Amino acid sequence: MGTITLSKVTKSFGSTEVIPPLDLEINDGEFVVFVGPSGCGKSTLLRLIAGLEDVSSGVIEIDGRDATRIPPARRGLAMVFQSYALYPHMSVAKNIAFPLKMTGVDKKVADEKVAAAAKVLNLTDYLERRPGQLSGGQRQRVAIGRAIVREPEAFLFDEPLSNLDAALRVNMRLEISQLHQDLATTMIYVTHDQVEAMTMADKIVVLHAGHIEQVGSPLELYNNPANMFVAGFIGSPKMNFIGGETASTFGADTIGVRPEHFAIATEPSDGAWEATVDVSEHLGSDTFFHLHSGIGERLTIRSVGELGLKHGDKVYVTPDQSRIHRFDANGKTVASQR
Amino acid sequence: MARAVSTRRQVAVSILAWVVALAIFFPILWTVLTSFKTEAEAIASPPSFLFFDWTLENYGEVQERSDYFRHFMNSVVISLGSTLLGLLIAIPAAWSMAFVPARRTKDVLMWMLSTKMLPPVGVLIPIYLMFRDLGLLDTRTGLVIVLTLINLPIIVWMLYTYFKEIPGEILEAARMDGATLWSEIVHVLTPMAVPGIASTLLLNVILAWNEAFWTLNLTAAKAAPLTAFIASYSSPEGLFYAKLSAASTMAIAPILIIGWFSQKQLVRGLTFGAVK
Amino acid sequence: MATAHSRTAARFMLSPAVVLLLGWMIIPLSMTIYFSFLRYNLLMPGMEEFTGFTNYRFFLTDPAFFEALVNTIVLVVGVLLITVIGGTLLALLLDQPVWGQGVVRILVIAPFFVMPTVSALVWKNMFMNPVNGLFAHMAKAVGLEPFDFLAQAPLFSIIIMVAWQWLPFATLILLTALQSLDREQIEASEIDGAGPFSRFFYIVLPHMARAITVVILIQTIFLLSVFAEILVTTNGGPGYASTNITYLVYVQSLLQYDVGGGSAGGIVAVILANIVAIFLMRMIGKNLEV
Repeated sequence: MGTITLSKVTKSFGSTEVIPPLDLEINDGEFVVFVGPSGCGKSTLLRLIAGLEDVSSGVIEIDGRDATRIPPARRGLAMVFQSYALYPHMSVAKNIAFPLKMTGVDKKVADEKVAAAAKVLNLTDYLERRPGQLSGGQRQRVAIGRAIVREPEAFLFDEPLSNLDAALRVNMRLEISQLHQDLATTMIYVTHDQVEAMTMADKIVVLHAGHIEQVGSPLELYNNPANMFVAGFIGSPKMNFIGGETASTFGADTIGVRPEHFAIATEPSDGAWEATVDVSEHLGSDTFFHLHSGIGERLTIRSVGELGLKHGDKVYVTPDQSRIHRFDANGKTVASQR
Repeated sequence: MARAVSTRRQVAVSILAWVVALAIFFPILWTVLTSFKTEAEAIASPPSFLFFDWTLENYGEVQERSDYFRHFMNSVVISLGSTLLGLLIAIPAAWSMAFVPARRTKDVLMWMLSTKMLPPVGVLIPIYLMFRDLGLLDTRTGLVIVLTLINLPIIVWMLYTYFKEIPGEILEAARMDGATLWSEIVHVLTPMAVPGIASTLLLNVILAWNEAFWTLNLTAAKAAPLTAFIASYSSPEGLFYAKLSAASTMAIAPILIIGWFSQKQLVRGLTFGAVK
Repeated sequence: MATAHSRTAARFMLSPAVVLLLGWMIIPLSMTIYFSFLRYNLLMPGMEEFTGFTNYRFFLTDPAFFEALVNTIVLVVGVLLITVIGGTLLALLLDQPVWGQGVVRILVIAPFFVMPTVSALVWKNMFMNPVNGLFAHMAKAVGLEPFDFLAQAPLFSIIIMVAWQWLPFATLILLTALQSLDREQIEASEIDGAGPFSRFFYIVLPHMARAITVVILIQTIFLLSVFAEILVTTNGGPGYASTNITYLVYVQSLLQYDVGGGSAGGIVAVILANIVAIFLMRMIGKNLEV
């Protein structure tokens, strides 16, 4: 079924190496998210798997079969693009049927499959419309419909939600997750949004400058980031990094504490750091404080519920000792001393 | 614009614009009017503007005396033939430059453009001699070949700028959907590019229809298109105004109509995309 | 951004166009260069011999060449002046709200679609003819002696004909450029207190500078090769008064059958055109994103 294995895959454009040798194993039925900042090579990696780009060296196996030299059309994969890439001159029905037409599926069978996909995606009433007459969310669903009807070994998603507005994005996120539950097909999903990665993935692959920084389940990455990059990338607001003397007392070059792993008080206590409130953001459910601290660093602190502190107030923050991450001079996580 | 345009100003501007426009258009209008006069009325002094005996006899005579229709068909065959042949060569070329750009693509485009800058007299003699030896002088085939080649850079350029506006992701989607290169071009690219291809076709029909260097130099009687046919009116002066006008009206009418439809694309095509 | 497979296909699909144009450019051009060094007259076949730069010396020292060169320059510059200034004014006029704008535009653009031979003959016979032309009628109506345009001012007459054909082109392109001017810029300058004239010179004209340059360069390329208008009106005369380089080469090679001399003239024309072309190509190249 939909297992995908990359061994020693590299990609260079001219003399620039975009992806240094990379190994990755994707199991059947897994929802894998490639996440990283823009330019980290995540989309290139997806396009290599799709076959839209050639690998410079290395082997890609799909379903145990060497697919490195197979053209995209015959890899048995389906892709959903960021711009949806719908065919503007075809109706929704024709768009969804296109891959079936290309593979020579019988017209009657194709019609049935299109109808079934449209039903799943709530597109039945729109089948005769052109893509230009649809909303962003509907276009997205057509693109997904076009992928579903092929019954592919795996689905590839290239930042599919980034053109949608915030509310719609949350809905579509749920719909795609639901789809994965229903189909149980391998899905590879590229995003720069760590929230999407955390909420959807079985397995997250964090990429940075073409390297895989870490592979793991969302909570593994959250709880045990392998290095400062992953620690800073996963979680929102971002993890606080503190260097210098404070870090040395913990036996590290840098320590990291997530905003939610602080206790905040207006009275001094043992081991607390003194700080002053610069800005406080009240979200209702949470309050974010941006502080400058006596230890010479800016800190972001998250506190559950309402907390009525304002600009200039003096506060005392205490990190949760068990959730302090320690990093060495290279940014690698130092094994826990607990 | 939130500017309040006073009616008086608009009246003045409108009148001025109409006067200027009619002045510019007047030679064409005058030609059309003259084509409906008798030869005597055409040279009458003072000339009458609208109040003359309208007649269609010039149109009939032009056809009878000089086989107008044959020259008209030559023009149609030459302009349409060279444009279609050009499109056939240019669509794949523009496809590859727009969607599979290489390091050299820009150089190739600029080089193609540079061939358009070559003055025709620079190659007139060899082409004339080659055509003479190959028996292509005064043939439609010969003109189709030459006009295809001289307009090919414009066709490639226009198509290229239109293709560039089609997102490459859509072609990649087709590839993922199992389309071969052939069905990618036939089922996805071409239908999407139809408006662009159509305006390229129109502009090049216009250019080929009006081309008057090669058509004059490479044809005599047999394959002469309308440009060369009209030129034959240059010698017998005086008594041929009405017939000249009738022939001219028929020669420019189809292109005027096509031209009015494609005026927007004209700018882009003739400036190689430098002005849009 | 593509695979080796699609790159191969691309090269395969690009090659017909490239090969054809390469052939079109290189084969005849090198033949012209070769002929230009030969004594080669079609009336004396089999007498071809290598003569070095003799053809060039004859062509360049021929008084006709100098006259034709001056005529070419006067023709190009004259038409450019009329079309660029007239085109700018027309574009400004047509950019205003005008009743029946669509029709006005169509009327103004029309001359561009008239084939050169038609336009030349219509002007020659129906307007400029000293007996039956409309201008002669008008002169007589106000009691003036009719003016024989083509005999007494042949080059000027040809400039008028050609300018009439190219004015729509300049107008259309300058209007397109004008319409892409950001209205907010105009409004900002109004708030800053600029009057209509300073607005035109400081905002509108700089915005149109690019389009004007493009118009000048493209028209120059075409105007250097004006041919049909001369052929059907004056035949280059009287004398060489309305002969340009293109026409001179035509006369020499196809009327006098002097292939060698004509070829030398052709190469001179190519060199002249290249000087303009280099500037034009830079302009367009700068604008080209691949």
